[in-house]
Amino acid sequence: MKQFFAFVKKEFFHIWRDKRTLFILLGMPITQIIIFGFALTNEVKNSKMAILDFSKDAASSQLVQKMSVSKYFDATTVLTNYQEVLPVFKKGKIKMILVIPQHFANDLQHGNQAHIQLICDGSDPNVANTLSTYASAIIKDFQTAIVKEQKLPYRIETDIRMMYNPELKGAYSFVPGVMALILMLTSAMMTSIAIVKEKEMGTMEIILVSPLRPFGVVIAKAIPYMILSMVNVVTILLLSVYVLDVPIRGSLLLLLSEGLLFTITSLALGLLISSITDSQQVAMLISLMGLFLPTTVLSGYMFPIENMPLPLQVMSNLVPAKWFYSIVKTIMIKGLGLSYVWKETLILIGMTVFLFGLSIKKFKTRLS
Amino acid sequence: MINQNVIIAEGLTKIFGNFVAVDHISFEVAKGEIFGFLGANGAGKTTAMRMLCGLSTPSSGKATVAGFDLFKDTEQIKKSIGYMSQKFSLYEDLTIRENIQFYGGIYGLSKKQIQEKTTYLVEQLHLQNYQNSLVKSLPLGWKQKLAFSVAIVHDPAIVFLDEPTGGVDPVTRREFWELIYDASERGITVFVTTHYMDEAEYCNRVSIMVDGRIEALDTPKNLKKTFNSLCMDEVFLKLARKAVRGE
Repeated sequence: MKQFFAFVKKEFFHIWRDKRTLFILLGMPITQIIIFGFALTNEVKNSKMAILDFSKDAASSQLVQKMSVSKYFDATTVLTNYQEVLPVFKKGKIKMILVIPQHFANDLQHGNQAHIQLICDGSDPNVANTLSTYASAIIKDFQTAIVKEQKLPYRIETDIRMMYNPELKGAYSFVPGVMALILMLTSAMMTSIAIVKEKEMGTMEIILVSPLRPFGVVIAKAIPYMILSMVNVVTILLLSVYVLDVPIRGSLLLLLSEGLLFTITSLALGLLISSITDSQQVAMLISLMGLFLPTTVLSGYMFPIENMPLPLQVMSNLVPAKWFYSIVKTIMIKGLGLSYVWKETLILIGMTVFLFGLSIKKFKTRLS
Repeated sequence: MINQNVIIAEGLTKIFGNFVAVDHISFEVAKGEIFGFLGANGAGKTTAMRMLCGLSTPSSGKATVAGFDLFKDTEQIKKSIGYMSQKFSLYEDLTIRENIQFYGGIYGLSKKQIQEKTTYLVEQLHLQNYQNSLVKSLPLGWKQKLAFSVAIVHDPAIVFLDEPTGGVDPVTRREFWELIYDASERGITVFVTTHYMDEAEYCNRVSIMVDGRIEALDTPKNLKKTFNSLCMDEVFLKLARKAVRGE
């Protein structure tokens, strides 16, 4: 046991001496959370909108007013004719134009229907889609208000509520995703590089000649990264609660335990990578291509898995991050307990045991 | 002092596929002896040494190291040997003290023992002013001397040195050998592979491997007599020319 601690201590020295890597490891979750939380958000706020109002009556100005006061749009630009539409889009600042035809108020009060045109800048389809949805919702709201005023007998009001995430905040899905990504990177990549480094330097041979058991060596190398990863989990949780306003609705203890479990899964993956390669570069490449990519693409936090072709859906089941993402979402956002995530937890435990077994088997005492 | 054999190899063989790297070698090394293990590149000396260290499983044959069976008591053997490879066995990003403490630690030395050893080694190597500098800042010769001292930090019965003095100047090599003599006087058996024939002269006994077999084994003096040569260089060349295997 004393030998073991001597080894763990040495690992900490390595990490501590390499300040740059340490800085990256601990800084990564902070930058990631901030980038994902603020910059990469798919919410649209204060989008520049132009108004092309041909009727200029009470109803139309009421609608324009309603658009401007919403936090989604900033309706400051006023156009006078259709010729201005293209130049405005070409400048690129305006993302949507609201066109109100002539006699809008009249049509609303006397005709069966009034028309409104929304012209969106489709060069960014996601933004265009979100904006048109927001605008339609505001128009619908406006319509309901008018119908109410006229006291018509029939009234259908649709009340849509987004469970768990009423404001449809992007951070709700990014936080669990970033957590999976960071843990995968720090644990798997760093462990595999640290072990392969000893092989490259030739110190691994010396250690294998020593009385330390290979299993102990592997565990001792992994422990510092496990601690670093847990520090990262806490950082991410603190940032998400206090900076991004993402709540932790479920049990914190359960969330942390699941974080630890996923860290161990990632460490096992790192060990496996280190046992099949002899150079740091290869270890890094395998980690990036083999872990980073599937974790971002196939875990479901960037692209919905349900929309993928069947083979990819099947493949996604092999990605540990997919299960962890689902666990974190369930505990953190939905506030549910272990009884809702036991299946995913068991799958992760199974993967971990399998990966550990495989890497220990590959990590041979006798190098040949 | 030489009273018992600490290494006994009988017909030790290592086969990779259909390539016989080490072909039935048999020899004994006595306690406290400095045993030179010579051979051209590819003669099989590193493979033989790796088998004795427990890094590689022999294909056949028998051997005992420090009185323990090579096949059954590997764990016991590991506690009784030290090893220094041709690559660096030190951690460059650790200080001299930390390296000594780490190796003392993994060999299970007590805190007090580690403390004493560190002080002793730092003094012996005249590194008092550098003990808290990172190893990477040291010149090559110092690193090698330190690596040797660290390899015997736990006072093993045998220390295996795999081409320990590659790339350093003759003066530093000489200093390195002083450390080897010192260890040998303390009863540590030294098993050393080398390319340098001047180093072969420093050994008590020398074995010369050619194509996986031991072609000659005797004291440097007797070898020179047998092969009618003036120096070990000549002995080595006469034997190595017989090699069929290339590099």
